[in-house]
Amino acid sequence: MTLKTLLATVSAIWLATTAGAEEMKMAVTTSFANSGLAEILLPQIEKDTGITVELLVVGTGQALKLGAAGDVDAVLVHARAAEEKFIADGNATHRREIMYNDFIVVGPSGDPAGAKAATKATEAFASIAEAKAPFVSRGDDSGTHKAELAIWDAAGVNPEGDWYKAVGQGMGAALNTAAGMNAYIFADRASWLNFGNKGDLALLFEGDPALFNQYAYLPVNPEKHPHVKADAAKALEVWLTSDTAKGLIEGYTIAGQQLFTFNAQPM
Amino acid sequence: MNDIFQGLSQAMRLVLAFDPGLVEITLRSLHVTVTATLIASAIGLPLGAWIAVNRFRLRRYAIAVLNALMGLPPVVVGLFVYVILSRAGPLGVLGLLFTPTAMIIAQVIIITPIIASISHQAIRELWADYHDLLISLHASRSQRIGTLIWDGRRALMTAALAGFGRAIGEVGAIMIVGGNIDHATRVLTTAIALETGKGDFALALALGFVLIALAIAVNLALHILSGTERGSRW
Amino acid sequence: MVSPILPLTLDAVELRRGGKRILGPVSLTLDGEGITIVLGPNGSGKTSLLRAMHGLEWINRGHATWNGEADSVRARQAFVFQTPVLMRRSVLDCIAYPLRLDGIDRRRARDRAAELAVSVGLNATLDAPAQVLSGGERQKMALARALIRAPEVLFLDEPCANLDMASTAEIETILARTRDAGTRIVMSTHNIGQARRLADDVIFLHDGRIIESARRDAFFAGPGTLEARAHINGDLIP
Ligand SMILES: Nc1ncnc2c1ncn2[C@@H]1O[C@H](COP(=O)(O)OP(=O)(O)OP(=O)(O)O)[C@@H](O)[C@H]1O
Ligand SMILES: [Mg+2]
Repeated sequence: MTLKTLLATVSAIWLATTAGAEEMKMAVTTSFANSGLAEILLPQIEKDTGITVELLVVGTGQALKLGAAGDVDAVLVHARAAEEKFIADGNATHRREIMYNDFIVVGPSGDPAGAKAATKATEAFASIAEAKAPFVSRGDDSGTHKAELAIWDAAGVNPEGDWYKAVGQGMGAALNTAAGMNAYIFADRASWLNFGNKGDLALLFEGDPALFNQYAYLPVNPEKHPHVKADAAKALEVWLTSDTAKGLIEGYTIAGQQLFTFNAQPM
Repeated sequence: MNDIFQGLSQAMRLVLAFDPGLVEITLRSLHVTVTATLIASAIGLPLGAWIAVNRFRLRRYAIAVLNALMGLPPVVVGLFVYVILSRAGPLGVLGLLFTPTAMIIAQVIIITPIIASISHQAIRELWADYHDLLISLHASRSQRIGTLIWDGRRALMTAALAGFGRAIGEVGAIMIVGGNIDHATRVLTTAIALETGKGDFALALALGFVLIALAIAVNLALHILSGTERGSRW
Repeated sequence: MVSPILPLTLDAVELRRGGKRILGPVSLTLDGEGITIVLGPNGSGKTSLLRAMHGLEWINRGHATWNGEADSVRARQAFVFQTPVLMRRSVLDCIAYPLRLDGIDRRRARDRAAELAVSVGLNATLDAPAQVLSGGERQKMALARALIRAPEVLFLDEPCANLDMASTAEIETILARTRDAGTRIVMSTHNIGQARRLADDVIFLHDGRIIESARRDAFFAGPGTLEARAHINGDLIP
C-alpha cells in the first residue's frame, strides 16, 4: 500500500462511506457468513449489478426480526416454517430457494456415544442422549438450533440434563465451547470446515437427507416498508438465481469439499 | 501460549504489510471513537464543570445519577439505541441503524457520563482553590467555567482519554447497533469478536495487539503534545 | 465619571458559623481616603470582617451596603488573601488574569502584568508556573494581581506576613503610593510597627467585635481598652 492509497482510504472512510454505488442491507445467518461463500459472491454481485450488499450476520430469529422491522432490505435464511410465517405476516411477498448445504454431527474423536455407527441422524442423537455424553447446543433460536431441535423431536428425545448445554451463542462460539469441553455438537458443514480451533473434535455423522439445509432468499415487502430498496433487492434476487451464481456457489470448496448445492429456479 | 506468539507475529506481519483490511478497520475504529470522544467531551467536560460550580437543588442526585450511568452495561446502551434507531422505533425514519453514526451515538452515551464524572471531580478540586479569587474578581459564570476548564485542561484531557479508552475497546453496544458489517461498520473490536467466533484465535489476538498499540499510541501522542506545551509555557 | 462605590456601610453585621457567632454585630462606615488598619489577636475576626466587607461571606444578620449593586461593585475592589490563590498558570498570566476577564487582549494584559511585577519587586522568572514561587514571592504576585485593575478599594489580609524587612518596606512604599493615588485601603496585620507607619485609622477587633476605632495617633497615644493595650504591648515587648 502506498502512502497515496493509504490517504485515499483514510479520506474515503473518514468522509463518506456511502458514495457512488447503491447499497442494500441483507441479514444472513451466522452459518452462511462463516462458510466464507459471501466473500466470493459479494464482489461479483457488485461487479455485475453495481449493488454493494452489506451483510448483517445474525441468527435466523433475529434476521427475520430485522426484516419484519424493515431494518434490512432482504434476508437469506434457512428455517422454512419461520420463513412461511414471515410471509404470512406480510413481511415478504415470497421466498425463493437458492441453495442448500448440510448439517453434520461433530464430537470427540474417541466417540464415547458411538454416534459414528448410526445410519440416521435420529439414531446418532439418540445414542448421544443415551450415553448422556456432553452435547453443546446453540440455544439461540437460530436456524441451526431449530434444525437441531427438530431432530431431537424426531428421535423422541427431550434433551435435558447436565449433559445438554445450551450456550445461547453463534456457531463459532458454540464450536469453541464444544472444543473446550470435548463435547458433541450439531453444526453446519461450512462453519465446521472453516473453524480454526478443532481441538480433539472430529466429524462423526453426515449424509442423512434429514440434515439437508435449504437456504431461501426473502426480499422485504415494500408495501409494508416503503423505504426498503426493493429494486436492489429484486436485482439481487435475479442475480442469485442466475448461472453466474450457480457456477460460483457450486465451485466453492473448502478443503476440497463442495459445500453448497445450487437449486434455484431461474427467474 | 502458542496462540499468543502466533498472534504477535501475525500482528507484526499485518502491520508491516499495511494490510488494507487492517488499515480500513483500524481507521474506522479511530473515526468512530475519536468522533464519539470529541462529542462526549463537548458535552461531558462543561457538564462536569457546571455541576461542580453550580449549587442547585438536585445536585446530589445529578452526581449520583452520573456515577450510576458510568456503570451502564454497554449492551444495554446498545439495545436502547437499537430500539430507538430501528425502523420500527421512534427515530427509525433517519435510517441510522447499522451505520457508523449509530455506533458513535452509542459510544457517546456510554462515555459521556465517564467524562462528565471525572471532569466533575477534577473541576471540583480546582473550584475549591479558585472560588474566592473568581468571586472576588467578579468573574461571570461562563468566565468561571472557562477558566476552570482551561486551567484544569490536563485533568480534563485525562477524563477525555478515559472516555476514549473505554470507547475504543467497547464491543457490546457497537456490535448491536453497527451490525459488524464488512466494509461498513466493522471495527477492531467487532472483528476480534468475529474471529474469535471463527476459532481463529491467532488473528483475533493479532487484532487485539493492534488495538492495544493504537490505544497506547493515542495516549502517548496526546501526552507528548501537551508535554511540549509544558516545556514552552508552563 | 462613574459614581464612586463608597461609602460602604456595615449595619449590625453578624456572621454565624457552625452555631457560633464569629463576627459582630459590627457597624461601621468606610468612606473618604486613606488606609484603615485592622488589628486584633488570632481568631478575633479580622479575616472575617474583611471578607464580609468585600462580599465573600454570607451575612446572617444586618446589612453591608455599597454605593451600588453588591456584585458589580466588587469588580472595582480587589482582595489580597491571607493565603495567596495560585492559578495553574505562569506567574505573568496569573497577574494578567483580571485584565483578561475584562476582555483585554493577552499581549497588552501581559505587558501591564510585567510592569506591575517589577513595581512590586517580584524578581522571579515570570514565565515559570506560579506554583514555583516562594512564600514571599507569592504574596507579591497576589498584590500585583490585585493592583492591575487599579481598584477603588483594596483589601489586604496580612499581605506582609511572609516578607523580609526589605520586601516589607517595598510593599509599604507601594501601598502608600496607592493610597496617595486615591485608592481606599483596608488591611489587617499583626505588625504593629507597620500599623504605626501606614495607618490613617485603626480598627481593633476582639472576639468578633470592634472594641476600638480611632485615628492612628489617638489609638497609639492611648488605647482605651485593656485588650488593645495588651495587644500592642505584647507585640512590642516579647
Ligand atoms: N466557616 C467557619 N466555621 C466555623 N468557624 C469559623 C469559620 N470561619 C471562621 N471561623 C472562626 O471565626 C474566628 C475568626 O476567624 P478569622 O479568620 O476572621 O480570624 P483572624 O482574626 O483573621 O485570625 P488570624 O489572625 O489568625 O488570621 C476563628 O475563631 C475561626 O475559627
Ligand atoms: Mg486572618
